[in-house]
Amino acid sequence: MDFIQNVPFFSIMISMFSGIVSSILSEKWAKRLNTAVILVVGAMSGALLLYLWQAGTGSYIFMMGHFPAPWGNEIRAGVLEAGMAMFFCIVMLLSMTGGRKKLFDEVEYSKHNIYYILVDLMLSSLLALVYTNDLFTAYVFVEINTIAACGLIMIRQNGRTIEAAVRYMIMSLLGSGLLLMGICMLYDLTGHLLMSNIKQAMAEIMANGTYRIPVLVTVGIMTTGLAIKSALFPCHAWLPDAYGYSTVSSAAMLSSLVSKGYIFLLIKIFYRVIGLDIIYDSHIIGVLFMFGLCGMLFGSFSAIGEKDIRRMIAFSSVAQIGYIYMGFGLGTQEGMVASVYHILVHAATKSLLFISAIGLTDVSGGSRSFFALNGSGYRNKSAGIGFAVGSLSMVGIPIFSGFVSKLLFAKAAIINPTWKMFPTVIVLAISTILNAIYFLKTVIRIYTPEEPAVIEEKGYYSISWRKQKLYTVTIILFVILNLILGMNSQPIIHLIETGLANFA
Amino acid sequence: MSRRIPENEYGKRPMGAFRQWMEGSRDPYAGNVEVRAHDMPGESEEQLKKYQEEVFTVLRKAQDTANNNQYTLFRKFYRVAALLCCLTLTLLLFITVAYLPPVGNAGNPANNEVAAKYIEDGMQDTGAVNIVTGMILDYRAFDTFGESNVLFIATCTVLILMRNDKKKGKGSAEEEERRDSFHEPKNDRILQTVAMVLVPFIILFGIYVILNGHLSPGGGFSGGAIIGAGLILYLNAFGFEKTERFFTAKTYKWISFLALSFYCIAKSYSFYTGAHHLESGIPLGTPGDILSSGLILPLNICVGLVVACTMYAFFALFRKGGF
Repeated sequence: MDFIQNVPFFSIMISMFSGIVSSILSEKWAKRLNTAVILVVGAMSGALLLYLWQAGTGSYIFMMGHFPAPWGNEIRAGVLEAGMAMFFCIVMLLSMTGGRKKLFDEVEYSKHNIYYILVDLMLSSLLALVYTNDLFTAYVFVEINTIAACGLIMIRQNGRTIEAAVRYMIMSLLGSGLLLMGICMLYDLTGHLLMSNIKQAMAEIMANGTYRIPVLVTVGIMTTGLAIKSALFPCHAWLPDAYGYSTVSSAAMLSSLVSKGYIFLLIKIFYRVIGLDIIYDSHIIGVLFMFGLCGMLFGSFSAIGEKDIRRMIAFSSVAQIGYIYMGFGLGTQEGMVASVYHILVHAATKSLLFISAIGLTDVSGGSRSFFALNGSGYRNKSAGIGFAVGSLSMVGIPIFSGFVSKLLFAKAAIINPTWKMFPTVIVLAISTILNAIYFLKTVIRIYTPEEPAVIEEKGYYSISWRKQKLYTVTIILFVILNLILGMNSQPIIHLIETGLANFA
Repeated sequence: MSRRIPENEYGKRPMGAFRQWMEGSRDPYAGNVEVRAHDMPGESEEQLKKYQEEVFTVLRKAQDTANNNQYTLFRKFYRVAALLCCLTLTLLLFITVAYLPPVGNAGNPANNEVAAKYIEDGMQDTGAVNIVTGMILDYRAFDTFGESNVLFIATCTVLILMRNDKKKGKGSAEEEERRDSFHEPKNDRILQTVAMVLVPFIILFGIYVILNGHLSPGGGFSGGAIIGAGLILYLNAFGFEKTERFFTAKTYKWISFLALSFYCIAKSYSFYTGAHHLESGIPLGTPGDILSSGLILPLNICVGLVVACTMYAFFALFRKGGF
């Protein structure tokens, strides 16, 4: 075994250990440790990705302890896992730096180091969800992820965030409960918790024809649980408050990482636990398809009606999650690739939008109302550019990342024509127009100059990039990430295809 | 802006136009698009008053839930729908349970090589007489490490919610505690006498459960909970002045830090050697001895410390907002 193959183990353990150490550090050192850990883990994952890509041998198994698979724990890493880990680290680092200055306004100074503990442990749980090959380990880390997310919402202590955190906790625990119930029933049916062993047993069950009904219910329950946790359309009630009122960094990380971790786990369950054939034969993907389509439309409708810019961005997340589930629902390899690509696109773009929105509201007297934003793109130029790029990407303008994933979805629907082709293409078109309505009206508003008299009266101020260097650098890096995803998509798609092929 | 061409000329070129747009000195929509501010209430006092009155009426009507037909209808619909959802889910799960393998049947899929190895080789592999402890702290130690981190992160979130960082004056932790427990009897003789007798035994029993975790039922989680309960009883009988002599936020911080880091480092070592098929070099001892089964005993002590401190910290935070 090459030394670099230890990377998954090291990255989980380092991020966890940093959380433990942060509990005795001062705020300053906890911050430095947090940044260092994210950087180190990201760099290591990048190296692992390069190594696996050059070796081309598919994924490998890493034993966690002295006992081999069905008895002990194990983790498994391949190209897709390493790439996802690296991408999560990049987005997390940028989300943290983008909201760093604002954190001092939002959170009591004495509680800053708890914030960094939560972020460290959330990173470790995301990494564990990405790498694990054992369903019960996945459940344990889903728990850590849920509690960390609750803490990240309510650390900004006002009534709305506490209400949002309670709501998030109830919905999220319902999801966890359903997942746990599904895992218990799977264990009862197969006698295993390890993903690969369950899949073997599952193939036998389906061949024998016994236990067909429990298997269907189990798969349904697990999918529903993870869909609730990642805010698929009818279960998205917790989302606007949780994303809209928490701190900027929290909102960016919750929308771009936490929900994506659950979706990645769901993909893993589809490929590695149940088996794609069984999933595609069941009606579950049809249900996901319908709810995905509804989410694409209703998320956008709610966003159009919203007057609060951050809640508007949050509602747009519902629509984008709908796209991802719609891709699962197509039931083809192309649809899955498009969904995974959209996970990357949405993570990169939504965090950019949240972080630039805070820059815009800050120079508009802190008002989050849509009408106060007149001309804010001129008062804070870096935030304005960031918001414009994010919006164009979400609408799906070429050269930005959102275009590629929409193209992939349309292609996936047309290549294998079934009854799902027309609904997909039509809803995709309508949803694009709806996206354009609410994002472009905001972009036009932030670039419509405000009357000097109003600026004087309300006390708006301008802020140049020199006074917010870290913020500007973050925005620039986000824009570059967006352009890379938009203009250099072919190698990334190839990587996702290889990764998914090695996944099963 | 430009040195070579005059300002007017420059503004007409695309680059110049872009620059002006960036600086906000030129509005590309001016003259092309109708831009209108949204309607504000009229200038005069009377109109403003009328507008405010309207707002108040709307608000009053919106908050008047008793006479709102739509609202009551929605409440009814909501209750019925919630009931139906729950009943459907219950029915579905009952049907599923009927199809699951029968309980206690020897041919069940769950009675496979995994359970067999745990039972047959458990003592030999891990050195622990108690198979459950061997499973959670050796075979599947990674999951248990995750679980102890769940406890850690749960304390962190309670700290966020309940910790009162105000040191002195109105609203400080001391002040709030005094106001909160104003009607409680102080220094109750009965409670103190009973606590004096019971607390040493409770804590001793907790220590026994932790230390014998690998030999008999019990272990870090249950033993830690017993010690935590003993500490809470002591706190209730004698108050914060007595407990803060030996247990403060600082003690808590260091104990949980040391216990969790020992857990993390010890298990990292064991995972690393296991993954590379190296001997860990930790002796397993004779099964049945108190000093046996390798890392399990120290890990049990760590888990016990973390659980006991967490229990006490939860109580103190809810009671006083700090300790």
